[in-house]
Amino acid sequence: MIAYFTSYDFGLVLLKIIVIFAGVMNVVGLLSWVERKVMARVQMRPGPTRVGPFGLLQPLADLLKFVFKEEVIPLQANTFLYIAAPLVSLIPAFLSFAVVPFGPSFQVTDLSVGLLFIFAVTSLGIYGIVLGGWASNSKYPLMGAMRSSAQMISYELSLTLSVVGVVMIANTLSLRELVVSQESTWFGFIPRWYVFLQPLAFLIYVVSGVAETNRLPFDLAESEQELVAGWHTEYSSMKFLMFMMAEYANMIAVSSLATILFLGGWNGPMFGPPLLQMVLPILWFVLKVGCFIFFYILLRSTIPRFRYDQLMRFGWKVLLPLALANILVTSFVLAII
Amino acid sequence: MIPVAWYLIVGAVLFLIGVLGFFIKRNIISLLLSVEIMLNAVNLTFVAFSAQNGQISGQIFVFFVLVVAAAEAAVGLALVIAMFRNRESLDVDRSNLLKW
Amino acid sequence: MIQLLFFFFAAVAVGAAINVLAQKHVLYSALSLILMLTAMSVLFILLRADFLAMIQIIVYAGAIMVLFTFVIMLLNLPTEEEGSDPLRWLKFIGIPFVLFFLFLIVGTLWGVEPLRAPAELVGSPAAIGTSLFKDYLLPFEVTSLLILIALVGAVIFAKKDL
Repeated sequence: MIAYFTSYDFGLVLLKIIVIFAGVMNVVGLLSWVERKVMARVQMRPGPTRVGPFGLLQPLADLLKFVFKEEVIPLQANTFLYIAAPLVSLIPAFLSFAVVPFGPSFQVTDLSVGLLFIFAVTSLGIYGIVLGGWASNSKYPLMGAMRSSAQMISYELSLTLSVVGVVMIANTLSLRELVVSQESTWFGFIPRWYVFLQPLAFLIYVVSGVAETNRLPFDLAESEQELVAGWHTEYSSMKFLMFMMAEYANMIAVSSLATILFLGGWNGPMFGPPLLQMVLPILWFVLKVGCFIFFYILLRSTIPRFRYDQLMRFGWKVLLPLALANILVTSFVLAII
Repeated sequence: MIPVAWYLIVGAVLFLIGVLGFFIKRNIISLLLSVEIMLNAVNLTFVAFSAQNGQISGQIFVFFVLVVAAAEAAVGLALVIAMFRNRESLDVDRSNLLKW
Repeated sequence: MIQLLFFFFAAVAVGAAINVLAQKHVLYSALSLILMLTAMSVLFILLRADFLAMIQIIVYAGAIMVLFTFVIMLLNLPTEEEGSDPLRWLKFIGIPFVLFFLFLIVGTLWGVEPLRAPAELVGSPAAIGTSLFKDYLLPFEVTSLLILIALVGAVIFAKKDL
């Protein structure tokens, strides 16, 4: 055992873990700046401009504010669960990055059931919301938590079923194999991405992904106009920061999975010297994930929102039958061809 | 390598903890949780034997046990809700109207 | 290394199971059960049943226990039922009974050598899928009917007015 811990492989894995974890933490902070800037520009106002050039140091200022703010714990709250809930929300959000392939050799571990691992870990993130809402011992958080968790388990179904078509075509659950199988091109210029083979699944996945991460237009559980702040009403400073980080990390995880499954992961035109070619896949991956995140933020900018019963009806009566129909048609086509 | 017997012992210990739950607890939901513990212990035993004999049937059986556990949890909790609505108490020992 | 993992997660599973019984509030018991389910999932991975381990987390810890948690939160129970316990003698007979059976089983299984070395089996999705849809197709279809019955039954039981 000691031999393993001092070996080269373990050191490499540890380096990858540190780089990916630090990278995701930094991107989560940067994402808050990007969101405020893009939303502000769409709404025809400047956004953060005072702190640093173009307001780039705004996340740092926010972090300092969160660290120095006073922690308020309500008297009647269930203290153990109240403190544990942000952790239960944060840990699964970051754990899903353990199997995401950022580049050909830049993946912490390649599980043979990597896709299922991400779904398993996402389904554990529901408990953070449920416990946070219940432990706050107040009516707005409880209502927000119940609504949000019901929404998340409903859309989790269509999320999982929408990727079954891709899994049937690729014949593997490992994320690295899924990316590798999208390598070549048809007719020399159309890449073999699964978005061209499964457009309906792509749409269902994106919509379910937005609903899964509690983002607008599906964020009735934390809507400012209706429920004060939903399940994180009673939370302040560091615990609130953990909830926000978990939401952004979930967003990045869902976007990464969308690029891996549908947009070809780190595949892209390779050019230049060998040193550039080592970095280029990671750049393509980050670019594609960035497109998805931009789409998320644009979607939020005009603050559209579903009513709760419309949301549930859409999830159960529209998305789920569509996902099942997609599986049926895909399996027929695969059996014939 | 870990001998299969150790997994079986862990499964047995978990099963007995589930049975102990039936002796000790009075709340219906606690009894349902004890049933889940017992079903999980059985799952572990199935998977251990499947790994020992090299056949996949053990894991298929775990699938079916999982499905049955899900169905039973759903119906059991619906019964709990109905019982709570009628009686305002979830104590199993107080639900003895049919006792002679 | 595998032995260390096995001992740690087996201890977590047994400890969480004991905690399910030791807690007074039902919600803490349910949360301990979730911990036990994740520890069991790791034990499945150690037994090379990786697909089943993920399914255990997705279905058991991620769906069934959410159902339990919802019901416990909606019912808003008091901490523990007070009052006389008509079956108190069961508590005193339970623990020696369980300890006796534990001693019996551990004594039987201790140092038992299997007839042959463990065969190489990997519970990959392909292997499980082939077996499930070829040899066990009828039970598969019957369980889908079973879930439908449970669904309808649960809705009927929980409705306020039929």
